[in-house]
Parts: sequence; C-alpha cells; structure tokens
Amino acid sequence: MLIKNIRFFAIILFASLQYLLFIHNAFASDIFKPLHPKKEVAWQFDGVFGKFDRASIRRGYKVYKEVCAACHSLNRIAFRNLTEIGFSTKEAEALAAGYNIIDGPNDIGEMFDRPGALADHFVKPYPNSEAARASNHGALPPDLSLIIKARHDGANYVYSLLTGYKGTEPDSGGLYENPYFITGKLAMTPPLADGIVSYDDKTPQTLSNYAYDVVNFLQWTASPEMEHRKKIGYKVFIVLIVLFIFCVIAKKKVWDDAGK
Amino acid sequence: MSNDNKIIDQSKTGSVVDWIEYRLPVFSFIKHLCDYRTPINLSFMWNFGILAGIALVVQIVTGLFLAMHYTPHVAHAFDSVEHIMRDVQYGWLLRYTHAVGASFFFIVIFAHIARGLYYGSYKSPREIVWICGVILYVLMMATAFMGYVLPWGQMSFWGATVITNLFSAIPLIGDSIVSLLWGGFSVDNPTLNRFFVLHYLIPFIIAAFAVIHVIALHQFGSTNPTGVEVKNVKKETVPFHPYYTYKDLVYVVIFFLVLFMMIAFLPDYLGHPDNYIEANPMITPSHIVPEWYFLPFYAILRAIPDKLMGVLGMFGAIAVLFVVPWLDRHPTKSGKYRKYFKIAYWIFIFNFLCLMWLGGQEAAEPYLTLSRISLCIYFSYFLVALPLLSKYEPISPDIPESIESSLKSKG
Repeated sequence: MLIKNIRFFAIILFASLQYLLFIHNAFASDIFKPLHPKKEVAWQFDGVFGKFDRASIRRGYKVYKEVCAACHSLNRIAFRNLTEIGFSTKEAEALAAGYNIIDGPNDIGEMFDRPGALADHFVKPYPNSEAARASNHGALPPDLSLIIKARHDGANYVYSLLTGYKGTEPDSGGLYENPYFITGKLAMTPPLADGIVSYDDKTPQTLSNYAYDVVNFLQWTASPEMEHRKKIGYKVFIVLIVLFIFCVIAKKKVWDDAGK
Repeated sequence: MSNDNKIIDQSKTGSVVDWIEYRLPVFSFIKHLCDYRTPINLSFMWNFGILAGIALVVQIVTGLFLAMHYTPHVAHAFDSVEHIMRDVQYGWLLRYTHAVGASFFFIVIFAHIARGLYYGSYKSPREIVWICGVILYVLMMATAFMGYVLPWGQMSFWGATVITNLFSAIPLIGDSIVSLLWGGFSVDNPTLNRFFVLHYLIPFIIAAFAVIHVIALHQFGSTNPTGVEVKNVKKETVPFHPYYTYKDLVYVVIFFLVLFMMIAFLPDYLGHPDNYIEANPMITPSHIVPEWYFLPFYAILRAIPDKLMGVLGMFGAIAVLFVVPWLDRHPTKSGKYRKYFKIAYWIFIFNFLCLMWLGGQEAAEPYLTLSRISLCIYFSYFLVALPLLSKYEPISPDIPESIESSLKSKG
C-alpha cells in the first residue's frame, strides 16, 4: 500500500515537472522563432554527469581575449576566477598585470593608472554604453558574462550564431545576414574566420573550433558553480535515497499495529 | 484556594518540566500535537499540507540568508544577485533553492487544493479551514510575484509593469492605486524597495495564517478519503505521532530528493532566460510571460478583450474559491462517491492545465478563442456544475457506514 502510494506521489511530481517542461518549451518556441532550427552540439557540460572541458575553456578564453573582447565586456569575471579553469595563480597574476586599471582618487585627489591585480574584474572595452554604441553604428554589444543563460538553449544558440553567417559582406544598412539571429540580420561583423587566433596546442584553428571553444568558455562564465553544484547533487541523491529506505522501513514498523 | 495547593504541589515535585508547564503550558501543547487524533485511512494526498509547511520554512530560511546579501536598489539589485551567485559561499545554492523552492511550493499547493476540491474538504464544518487556505494561496501569489521582481531582470521589470498596470483599470481610483504601488510614476527604485520589504514581511503573515489554518483544522480533524466523519475514535483514528510523523517523513524525503535534483541539475529550467538580462525600461521583451504558476490566470486576463473585465475575470477566478463551500451543498463530502461530480472535476483539472498552457502562448488566434472556451469551463465548474450537481446528483448507495466498515470491506 505504501509503495503504491509512493509510486503515485512520485508519478504526480514527475508528471507535473514534465508538464512544466511542455509548457516551457511551448512558450520558448514562440518567443524565439529562428529562421533556422539551432545547431545541436554534444557539449561536454551537458547532462547530469557533464563537466567543464577545461582545455577548451582556456582556448575559448584566448578567442574571447583576442576577438570578442574588442567590443564585448565580461564584467562579472575577475582575474582570480581564471584559476578555476586551470591557470596557475602566477599565470593569472601575469594576465591581470597586462591591463591598466584606473584607480583612485589618490591622496591629492587624482585618478591614476596601475597594473591589474587578481581581485580586479575584466577590463571593459568601452567606458560606457554610449561610447560602445558610438563605435558600433548604434548597436550595443552586450556583456557576455551571462549570455548563455540569457538565451533559450544558450550554448547552441551562440554556437549557431557564430557559425551561421551567410557571407561576410553587409547589406546597404550595414547589417550582416544570419538566419539564427531573431531578426535574421545583425550589426555584428562576422567575428570569426579560420586561422585568426593561434592556439598553443595542436587543435585545428578553424572557425567551428573557435566557436565551440568560446561557447565552452562562456558557459563557464555564466555558471561557474556548475561542477560544484552537480557534485552536491550526487551526494544529496545518495544520502536521501538511504534516508528514504530507512524512513520506509521505520514507517512500516510504526504502522504494523495501527488500528489494533 | 485550589491555586495555592497547586503551587505547593509544584514546589514538592520540583521538576523543571513541571515548573515551566505550570507557567507556560508548552508541553501540554506539544502533547496535544502528538496525540492529535488523525483518521487511519488517509492516503498520500493528505501529505501535501505538511509539505507546504516545510516549503514555507525552506523559503523563509533561504530568503533570510539571501536578504543578508541582496541590495534592493535599481542600480545594484541585479549585480547583488550575481554577487550572491558567484562570490557568496554557497550563495548559488541559497538562491537556486529559493527560486526552485518557490515553484515546488506552488506544485505542492496546487496538489493540496486539488485534493481539497475532490474530497470536499471545504464542506461543513471546515469552511473556515478552507477560507484560511484560500487566503494563504492569495498571500503566496502576492509574495511570489514581488519576489520575482527582486532580481531586477527584464522579466522582473516588465512583469511588474504589466501586473501593476492592471490596477489602473479600476474606475476612479485606479490610477491613484497604481501610483501608490509604484511610489512614483513608473516601476522604479521606490517600487523595488517596497516590494522587497513586502516580500520579506508577507511570509510571516503567511506563517500566522498557516497557524490559524491548523487551529481551525484541529477543531474537527482532517477529512478522509471516505468523506464520512470519524465515529469510533479508538478504531478509526491514530495519534498523529508516531503514525503520521513517520508517514509524512517518507514523503518529505521524496520532496527534498526531487527538489535537490532540480537544484543540482536543472536549476534554471523553470525560470525565463530574459531574467538574466538586467532590467532596461527602454527595451520591451518581445513576449512578456509571468512565472508558470500564474499562467492560468494570465490566460484568463488576456482572453477577455475589455481591460477592466479581464482584471475582474482574473481576480474573480481566485475569489470564486472563497465561496466554494456554499456553491457545493451536496451532502456527500468525498468525490469518490459522486459519479457525476467526478466527471465535472476531472474536466475542471484538465481544463486548468489547458489554461496554464494557453497562458504561455502568444496573445493571438487560435489561442485566444481556446482561452475563452477554457475560461468559460473554469467558471462554469464553480458557478454551474457545483450548484446543479448539489441539487440533482443522487446520493450514492455505496457510501460506507463508517471509516471502519470501509476498511473491512477492503479486507
């Protein structure tokens, strides 16, 4: 009887979650009607056992730094965070020191430049959004820290967008054709091309590899807690399953004499 | 005189428990809770009340710690949430538990209300239990709505704008109400500030109403699947502890298991991606949708072309719950023994899920027509089916004499 009830209960919870997924997908598909269905990539971070591909994330960081960072900020990442993806503290310090940070005011009231430190966040390409618009024909390049979480099926979306340009010439309005963008045309110049970033390892320097790596990098910037979160998930699962078995046994024992 | 004797007795026994009990009867209160007689035949559907209480505690505890790190200011709210996610120790766990926990709270509450509707838990003498429950539901929706505004993402801002604007449909005083809600002439910093304060306050009011809900419940005890009241306390009921404490524990563990699997593996599954974009009053999202638990009511709102009528329809869909005890006057409590009621009930449940789905669709055809049909079914369950069935549905001969006899016939 108890087992039957538990089964019912589990079915109700599970069915309601399934139903929510159904609703969710329904409105997701309505908002973003891409002219093309997104490309589906088998990401290493997907699924219950998915993990970060750290080598790819470091390559993606290089792509971001050399290409994307010219226009896109990454405000929520600090240099200290780079140690989470396999850079040593010294390497991260060296990378930070490569940037000038405006600090101050000092004791005579003036702002000054100093080399970056681990605690500093990534340096913005533009001082403000007006400057960013002025340099990009009125379009504002969004901050990329959360971009994967801020789009439906974000990883596949960004990958599709980066690899989906039709040609490299803008139309008369200065827009580039890309069927994966919501309006089919966007202001961003096709950012990637074969061979523009040189990798330190032997990974082929192709456009699709660049896109793959930069998405891995941005997935990490969007949810850096992912591996920790999943690890806690496995532990909680085991503990609660054991607890569940004990509870069922205890409940049966208590109820054996009910009503007698 | 008798008082004096008691004091002397207390000093003689000298136990700390007695000393406290004499001054504050807390132990007899705990004893009441433990000994509280509960029908022996409750199914798993009677577990959702406890689960709702636990979900409330989870929300209050995680919310307390989140509030220590959150900044209710339009310039800092979004950043402070990301600060919680990235820099606060286990901040992501707190926030995801709070966000997913809210959805689970609603799943549990929907199941709890559906059980009440099916087994006639609202019928005499438990009307006040039911009314307290509906008040709790309304307070919960208000809290959830204001909570969703706090991260100050695009959906927070535009959801707040759309919903608060609804009050402007009220004739004469509508605009003043909206200004009062906003604390100005648009959703802005004063709005965020007061929503934060109210979001922190209302859960404690919910807790108070939950206590009233339980006190009213304990007056006559829980209903049970047969709908027949307890006749033989000894044979048909068991003390709450240990019987129902242990039974509830099993379901509490399942609840936390599913909750934590969602938090660990699908934390953003029930949220909207647009809420990871910081609020921007200059850019309207292409499609403003509320959280999933508001979708049925959002569908009703959009189905009615007139703004005022739409607002009345939406609030009416909730308000009608208050009068259910007087709409359904059929003497049989449990839906189990009502052939025709059952049909109406399941149509109602299916229709509610349809409304939820429709609320997430675009405000265009064929969804609008479907929403209108669905909306009519929703109200006709309460306003047509329940009163008519109370009058014309025959009383089933299968209703057991007592809980005891129903158990015997099962073997």
